Amino acid sequence: MLALFLRDLRLGIRAGGGALVGVLFFLAVVAVVPFGVGPDLNLLARIGPAILWIGALLASLLGLDRLFQDDREDGTLDLLILSESRHMLALTVLVKCLAHWVAAVLPLVIASPLLGLFMNMEPLGIAATSLTLLVGTPAIAFIGAVGAAVAVALPRGGLLVSVLVLPLAIPVLIFGVSAAYGAVNDPNPFLPPFLILCALTMFFLVLGPLAAAMALKAGAD
Amino acid sequence: MRLIAEKLGGERGGEPVFDDINFQVEPGEGLIVTGANGSGKSTLLRIVAGLLPASSGAIRFEAADAEEFPSVAAASHYLGHGNAMKTALSVEENLKFWQEFHGSTHLGIDEAIEMVGLPEVASLPYGYLSTGQKRRISIAKLLVSYRPIWLLDEPTAGLDKASETQFAALMRAHLDDGGIIVAATHIPLGLEGVQHLTMTGQR
Repeated sequence: MLALFLRDLRLGIRAGGGALVGVLFFLAVVAVVPFGVGPDLNLLARIGPAILWIGALLASLLGLDRLFQDDREDGTLDLLILSESRHMLALTVLVKCLAHWVAAVLPLVIASPLLGLFMNMEPLGIAATSLTLLVGTPAIAFIGAVGAAVAVALPRGGLLVSVLVLPLAIPVLIFGVSAAYGAVNDPNPFLPPFLILCALTMFFLVLGPLAAAMALKAGAD
Repeated sequence: MRLIAEKLGGERGGEPVFDDINFQVEPGEGLIVTGANGSGKSTLLRIVAGLLPASSGAIRFEAADAEEFPSVAAASHYLGHGNAMKTALSVEENLKFWQEFHGSTHLGIDEAIEMVGLPEVASLPYGYLSTGQKRRISIAKLLVSYRPIWLLDEPTAGLDKASETQFAALMRAHLDDGGIIVAATHIPLGLEGVQHLTMTGQR
């Protein structure tokens, strides 16, 4: 399992892995917002957490469709499915999701404080947003695995994966943003939405890989 | 250990491809499946491996050691059309990954690469190799971890004459070791004393 994690991590980071593409996309989305909404610093600070979250959500959907597609094309997926008795397929999927998250999504979380400066956010707000991203984005990867597994046989499944995944990712977005708001705006609480966000991630940690494994097994042809 | 197919039927996309296939393979025996394109050779192998459900009949597997090899899938190496190797990783990294993932270490990485006659490419990225070399490294994957059953789908596709002979020797050694080989091919594999099954298809 460790071997699979390291292999996927290497593939994600090496040439053609596209880990940096996500960061660039994230940067592009966040950097154009101040031009679009105008130089109102208070407004930017207010919508900052939401923009960071939306940018990170969209950027982490990029490349998600390739989660199983490369493996399917070169025959690796068959062997992963056949190894079921040694490595439960849901666990294999979980490890692949974690490797994907570390290679493609963790850089977004690391870049988010810098992009928070673009949005004139105060330090506490930046810290809260980064923390909610750190806790919330794994859920998006686990939900995305289900979409990627369903669309694995489709040659242009990218958009379909995003459409399948987005409705399920909305709760993650809502609680992520409201926790980040809660940290800076006084009457709003931070902890309750943050804990719900943690719960969502743990919920999808179990459900996502199980559902994706079932979809992969049913889709083998 | 014994691999038995009883009145096996298979379908592809809802269309029946073959039915009433029977065979029984004992340790040390090989089964060569031949037939025209589209007669269901690959489908048969995928059903035997458990990647596709059989539309009728059943595959039975009697393992000597049911603990270690509870199913055909667990006891098999499946060499399909794809080589299951990543072009961005080196040959060594690819083989090392499969050895660790599959477990039951058999030959060392270097030894396996030596067996397929490509010691000079070990540190090259897999993507740099020619089609035949890629196939040979994929064959080396069968050697790095032990499985009693080899399910081979067109194993010699892309191989030159010398490599075919070399591969025939590897298969012979596996059979002499008490293994089982089920291979689908339309090129003679140069394997003596094995069973033959000709797929005629439904039409």
